[in-house]
Amino acid sequence: MQKLLNWVDERFPLTSTYKAHLSEYFAPKNFNFWYFFGSLALLVLVIQIVSGIFLTMHYKPDAALAFASVEYIMRDVDYGWLIRYIHSTGASMFFVVVYLHMFRGLIYGSYRQPRELIWVFGVIIYLVLMGEAFMGYLLPWGQMSYWGAQVIINLFSAVPFIGGALSEWIRGDYVIGDATLNRFFAFHVIALPLALLGLVVAHLVALHEVGSNNPDGVEIKKLKGADGHPLDGIPFHPYYTVKDILGTVVFLMVFAAVVFFAPEMGGYFLEANNFIPADSLKTPEHIAPVWYFTPYYAILRAIPPIFGSQFPGVAAMGIAVMIFFALPWLDKSPVKSIRYRGPKFKIALTLFVIAFIGLGILGVLPATPLYTLISQILSVVYFAFFLLMPWYTRNDSTKPVPERVTQ
Amino acid sequence: MKKLFFMLLALPTLAMASGAAIHLDHAPVNLNDQESLQRGARVFVNYCLNCHSAGYMRYNRMQDVGLTEAQIKEHLLYAADKPGETMSIAMRTADAKAWFGAPPPDLSVITRSRGADWVYTYLRSFYRDDTRPTGWNNTVFDKVGMPHVLHELQGQLAPVYRTEKSEDGKEHHVVDHLQLVKPGKLTQSEYDALVGDLTNYLNWMGEPAKGDRMQIGLAVLLFLGIFYVVAFYLKKEFWKDVH
Repeated sequence: MQKLLNWVDERFPLTSTYKAHLSEYFAPKNFNFWYFFGSLALLVLVIQIVSGIFLTMHYKPDAALAFASVEYIMRDVDYGWLIRYIHSTGASMFFVVVYLHMFRGLIYGSYRQPRELIWVFGVIIYLVLMGEAFMGYLLPWGQMSYWGAQVIINLFSAVPFIGGALSEWIRGDYVIGDATLNRFFAFHVIALPLALLGLVVAHLVALHEVGSNNPDGVEIKKLKGADGHPLDGIPFHPYYTVKDILGTVVFLMVFAAVVFFAPEMGGYFLEANNFIPADSLKTPEHIAPVWYFTPYYAILRAIPPIFGSQFPGVAAMGIAVMIFFALPWLDKSPVKSIRYRGPKFKIALTLFVIAFIGLGILGVLPATPLYTLISQILSVVYFAFFLLMPWYTRNDSTKPVPERVTQ
Repeated sequence: MKKLFFMLLALPTLAMASGAAIHLDHAPVNLNDQESLQRGARVFVNYCLNCHSAGYMRYNRMQDVGLTEAQIKEHLLYAADKPGETMSIAMRTADAKAWFGAPPPDLSVITRSRGADWVYTYLRSFYRDDTRPTGWNNTVFDKVGMPHVLHELQGQLAPVYRTEKSEDGKEHHVVDHLQLVKPGKLTQSEYDALVGDLTNYLNWMGEPAKGDRMQIGLAVLLFLGIFYVVAFYLKKEFWKDVH
């Protein structure tokens, strides 16, 4: 066995890679609940890829056959219903996990120097994931697939001058049709997953280069023992692998509860209207995007058109997502973790969370004057969290940060 | 701030309250009641499966509700030759459109888009309306293209109106409730039971694997529960030297 390993190691950095990323990758010993979501996001990615491969074997990317092929999977393919529900639940759970993972970054300052690039890669992953989910949602070719895509693609036609041509170019037709379905299928099953995998590797390589942050925001590499290992660090394997198994089991229980007992999740994971085949002549009364897009959809609707152009709303929605990139440079606080920050940041973060969840709820509801007003207020709060950050973080009071991590 | 937060929490319920103008009766669906599902299948094949298809449903899937292939062949297979075929119909879409205004929808997953309660209430809410081309209207689905196919069973209902004032002060008539004016072959409770069976069948047909799904789900959760205990002690053992 050792001989074989030596043979491989002379030709491929197997042992050294294993050491660098697992058995001798030193992670802070004080990870808490919030640190499960990174590895869980990776788990969901694998679940989606594997279940997706099996769906691709039976699904037909053809406007005339797509809806029927999904029902064929649900009925005639052995355990097809299970594969399909795993994939549809996985899409929503991906966003649950990613939103919690991003929130972890916010509260413990994981995006701060020297981890700016990890954050930037992460935001790109988030963007690609949104594209991946959006294109995947068209594939079942139900009414919500069709009209949801219609609404989103029409956003591009609000771009001044080139808008019409741009949205036509995206659709590949004057309306959403077979051409659109085919290209979305291509993007969904190969182009974007390929990009996702590459980005995840970049995200992890960057992380392992600088080392993980922790709930105290202390750099564990500053204090090393006689053996050269960080005093507050423990090898990722076996310590965090066995701990992540625990998190994985709990996560899978939630996942299984949804898959087996509530795959529609009350219409939030699978919408009722999506059990009606796409019909370009029948517009559903109320078109709501899937829950993970609704905060941005609410921002879009909150901005009134200027000179009859919807572009300001579309631009605001785009900026609302893109602004995450700027976070590492907007935060001027001398400390990273919320544990040592002052009241100003805590209030700002609380308001931001309320705004994000509030916008998410409003995005599902029809736009009435009252709801639009609340959306407008919450949109202002959303942007203020980012734009005012340099001020409220710089002159916030802080508590002294300890040398070592706390338990 | 807290107030605003709670207001936001209340929003979804407010929206539902404003959306649910039509009262829906609770459908007596029960996936374990095989006799009800079998009766519902017979009603479906006799009354629905002439204009409505169930194009994703195969006849032999009804073995899952306790029928043998021979029984399916003898009692339910009118519109197809082999039990492995799907429940398609002979009516052409273009004809259907000319006759009814809109082609009757495929019913394979109708309870998944409309909900069982909607179907159950809809099938019991037809009333005579001579202004409609078919002579029928429906309180759940106004100006529906479908005539009351089950009227010989239910009989004829007529609307009882009440007068309501809208915000601009105009008075107009709205249907308050329906009243039986000409009895059918069945009593009201017998008819409700028949529609209940039919709805139960449609609900089962929407997702035939649902029963399996719940059973497998319990086994999976049980396995994960046991695995959790193992994983918990594994983690505890490894972590006892971390201080």
